[in-house]
Amino acid sequence: MNLQIQPEAASERAVEHDQLFFFITALTIFFTVVVGGILLFLAVKYRCTNSKVDRSNAPYHNTRLEVAWSVIPLLLAMLVFFWSTKQFISLTNAPKDATDIFVIGKQWMWHVQHANGIRENNEMHVPVGRPIRLTMISQDVIHAFYIPEFRLQWQVVPGRYTQMWFTPTKPGRYHIFCAMHCGAQHSEMGGYVYVLPQAEFQQWVENGGNRFQPQPKTMAEAGKQIWDKYACGSCHGPKDNERGPSLYALFNSKRKLKNGVEVVADADYIRDSIYNPAARMTAGYENTMSPYTKEQISEEQMLNVIEYIKTLGIAPSAPSGTTPTTPDPLTLRTSNEGDMTR
Amino acid sequence: MATSTKSSSPVEQHGHGHDPLLHHQFEDMHQQTESYLVGMWSFLVTEIMFFGALFIMYSIYRWKYSHEFWEVHNLLDWKLGGINTFILLLSSFSMAMGVHYATLKKHALVNRCLAFTVLCACAFLVIKLGWEWWPKWEHNLFPGPGFEWNEHSLEKYIKPGSDLLSVSPNIAQLFLSLYFAMTGLHGIHVLVGILVLVGLMVLHKKQTPSAQDYVNTEMVGLYWHFVDLVWIFLYPLFYLIPK
Amino acid sequence: MSAVAGPTVAPGPEERTNYLNKSHTIKSWLLTGDHKRIAILYLISVSFFFFLGSLAASMIRLELTSPTGTMMSSEAYNKMFTAHGVIMIFFFLIPAIPAVLGNFLIPLMVGARDLAFPRLNLASWYLYVLGGLFGIVAICMGGVDTGWTFYTPYSSLYSNSQVTLTICGAFVAGFSSIFTGINFIATIHKMRAPGLTWFKLPLFVWATYATSIIIVLGTPVVAITLLLVVAERVFHFGVFSPELGGDPVLFQHLFWFYSHPAVYIMILPGMGVISELIACFSRRKVFGYEFVAFSSLAIAGIGFLVWGHHMFVTSQSMYQGVVFSFLTFLVAIPSAIKVFNWTSTIYKGSVHWNAPFVWALGFMGLFLIGGLTGLYLGSLSTDVHLTGTYFIVAHFHYVMVGGTIMAFMGGLHFWWPKMFGRMYPDSWGKASAIITFFGFNFTFFPQFVVGYLGMPRRYHYYYFEPTWQVWHVLSTVGASILAIGFILPAFYLTWSIKNGKPAGPNPWGAKGLEWETDSPPPTENFRHPPIVTEGAYNYDPVADAEAVAKSAAKAGD
Repeated sequence: MNLQIQPEAASERAVEHDQLFFFITALTIFFTVVVGGILLFLAVKYRCTNSKVDRSNAPYHNTRLEVAWSVIPLLLAMLVFFWSTKQFISLTNAPKDATDIFVIGKQWMWHVQHANGIRENNEMHVPVGRPIRLTMISQDVIHAFYIPEFRLQWQVVPGRYTQMWFTPTKPGRYHIFCAMHCGAQHSEMGGYVYVLPQAEFQQWVENGGNRFQPQPKTMAEAGKQIWDKYACGSCHGPKDNERGPSLYALFNSKRKLKNGVEVVADADYIRDSIYNPAARMTAGYENTMSPYTKEQISEEQMLNVIEYIKTLGIAPSAPSGTTPTTPDPLTLRTSNEGDMTR
Repeated sequence: MATSTKSSSPVEQHGHGHDPLLHHQFEDMHQQTESYLVGMWSFLVTEIMFFGALFIMYSIYRWKYSHEFWEVHNLLDWKLGGINTFILLLSSFSMAMGVHYATLKKHALVNRCLAFTVLCACAFLVIKLGWEWWPKWEHNLFPGPGFEWNEHSLEKYIKPGSDLLSVSPNIAQLFLSLYFAMTGLHGIHVLVGILVLVGLMVLHKKQTPSAQDYVNTEMVGLYWHFVDLVWIFLYPLFYLIPK
Repeated sequence: MSAVAGPTVAPGPEERTNYLNKSHTIKSWLLTGDHKRIAILYLISVSFFFFLGSLAASMIRLELTSPTGTMMSSEAYNKMFTAHGVIMIFFFLIPAIPAVLGNFLIPLMVGARDLAFPRLNLASWYLYVLGGLFGIVAICMGGVDTGWTFYTPYSSLYSNSQVTLTICGAFVAGFSSIFTGINFIATIHKMRAPGLTWFKLPLFVWATYATSIIIVLGTPVVAITLLLVVAERVFHFGVFSPELGGDPVLFQHLFWFYSHPAVYIMILPGMGVISELIACFSRRKVFGYEFVAFSSLAIAGIGFLVWGHHMFVTSQSMYQGVVFSFLTFLVAIPSAIKVFNWTSTIYKGSVHWNAPFVWALGFMGLFLIGGLTGLYLGSLSTDVHLTGTYFIVAHFHYVMVGGTIMAFMGGLHFWWPKMFGRMYPDSWGKASAIITFFGFNFTFFPQFVVGYLGMPRRYHYYYFEPTWQVWHVLSTVGASILAIGFILPAFYLTWSIKNGKPAGPNPWGAKGLEWETDSPPPTENFRHPPIVTEGAYNYDPVADAEAVAKSAAKAGD
């Protein structure tokens, strides 16, 4: 079994942090062993049945000793304090040339926006060796943006911006966690930060965000790219979940709405539900989806998305009723996760 | 070998037979009175912290939104607040007189003072609820889903020199939330005070042992002065904000 | 009276009236003003809530053995850990030592017949029960999912669970502890026996006094804060919600202004208990008595100035972080010195390895680790990595469970003979202390590791990092050992009430006024009002060791 006891150190700060961490660990072990040892030793040596030890003139005060055990821990504590505070201060002052990335947290996903306009969901691509400054805000409750490999965590608060910065040092894929309890799907509010070598990052930017984006051959494939770009699948998975109903086997099926009306999910219905989700809510769901504008998804792209949704077959336990048009939507996936270097 | 305790001369019935006012757990009246006062003061400390948290919240938001708070404070009528301040001061005076007569065991006079205090307290609540809270409730100015901040809800309050509508509804609602929370909590304390005072009057009327012990009246007095004092802070903070 | 030979008051026949056998009707218990009976009522109700909280804990531990969970949905899991936190903190840890041991012992230790306000004391128990009922009803109606911290705006505007009811429960329970605190302050100030000056008081009284001050100053702040969360839920008062103009971080400030000192409400009485145990079982006066006494007050005072260390990664300014971190390191020093003082107390003592002493040693071991790991979290840079992870979960369990519960169990084993007049089997007491100690480390040490690896707390699933599983499995195995350590005492202590050997007034040869009266004590506590002539802990280790040797020689003959 792979017994990991240390997370990878993938940023400049992570290395500094670990030095301090191990220093405190050394202090902890030293004091636990020494004080615990003395305690046990004395408790055994002076057990009442041991009549050989000298118990006379037991002291109740010893000024020198007391000063020593007050001052030495205080000095050690101050050492840790100054060391740690120095790191913390540098943590709150980003270098002037840092690249800005903007993060929006919402129940239960991360939106990431780059200055050049590239948008990502639950993913963040950054170049190696460059300082990155995150400006973060929450759309609903308090979250915390946490990347253990960078030893970095900061709360993402509604109503005000918070900032943090880091310089990644190792290319790879690192987990982003939400570290502030934010509701039902808290543990699944995560994603990955991809640290890319400079050249690869440049190419990623030139591709407009999808590094391995193939030219779409069919309308459905083009629709799939939009589907991935806006991470529709993170709410509309193969099965209904709390965030949204599954869209598998949706096309031409009957849909019960919140107001009790039953509609057929035709192309018009799908289009309306993307541009104006609030109008015809599916029964059992709150209106949590933000509407997409025509700048985000043009009419042309909309047709592609609808084509793609048509290809979504029956999910493993979806109610039967319509026939799947394509065998397995997963074969269409052009996942860019598989060939990540780590 | 030394003993850590010695028995005093055995006392058969500690205190019981002596003074009907003395509770069994105390040695003498002096100890009882002092314990009661220490307990009462500790309770008042918790009350101070209770209101203190609200005052801190108030200060933070007033500092953050000082202009908006000035605008919205025009909704409140400083004259009504002033009358209420005067009423509470009067009630505190009569309460103090009541405590004075309690030490002299003049129960009829005590009750007269307490009755006046209760009267003042009721007048305070009537003005507060009838002339201050109710019109705001009526005009949908109570924070909550029904809150409205527009020409209609503010028609009574828009005066020359103030620009209420320029204040964001959220901040207006924040001010009013603090206003209702703090004066409401104070109002609950006044209400509790009235109930306690009436209870105390019954004791004095019947001249029960606990009315004989002036410390009970004194404790109610401390509480009442505290309630009065809170209002002394609330009044300028909400009604007299300088521009 | 000699330190080992027994008390001046003759043990007397079994049937002497005491607070337990004075009357037997249910009414005489439910309407009692006797601090000892109220302590027993508290003991029963607190144990019940500990059992409930532990049930939730075992569900959590079972669920976490698998990265995808097996038993419950994420909502149910969130409700489970919230129930665990709320019950354990508001209904067990905060009242445990003050309301059970404090209620029983404070009047005895100061030589009074009762607390200053017996009816207020009873009212405090009823409020506690009422608060607990609110909590239970909230659970039955679907539970709460906010975590025990009730962070806004999740708790005020977003959560669809029983936040209002639960907060009402915590609010009412808060007033129960305020009443207890006021009672202790008045009693300790004004009702000490003649001759019992402040510096002759046992350290448990000092610790309880410091605790009461924290309760009186802190609890109202959290009470009003929680009340405003309810106002925001019910009336949309926008004090903490950014959408309504408020500030969600302000809630955190006000919440931790109480809830950090609340940590000291939980640990200070525990420290007081440990001072009593160490002194008695090494037959020595506590080393640096005055310092230990004042350090309780110092901790209570400085404890009010460090709340911001829960918020280093919130949006407070860097300077705030630095100041709070500095103060945090300062408050750590008095606690460290207490440990050194206890250790020195044993030096040249005459150590009796009875069950309460073993519990006390367990406390020292776990509190050492708990306190030292606080260094990681008080220091800014490491806190940025570790806050909100399992590291912090492990840390505060070392302090709260390792500290408070070990001390509570130690105190319960120490004063049990006084409360019920019977001895429990000492070897069982020792065995469960040792099982608890090892089970505890087994449970919570892996959580330090998984926290350092980066697992955030309150996570239901962790299928995306399967390497964490081994630590969770270890932790769950440890928890089942820990459970044995807690279940055993429930059996042998209850057994001992009927079947234990009669204890006599002073089974441990301890000093202190509570050991001068019968076990169980009569309703009025002392048959003759005591007058104190000596300082606390007037033990003589040399004489004690000689006496032990003599009795051993006698047994050998």
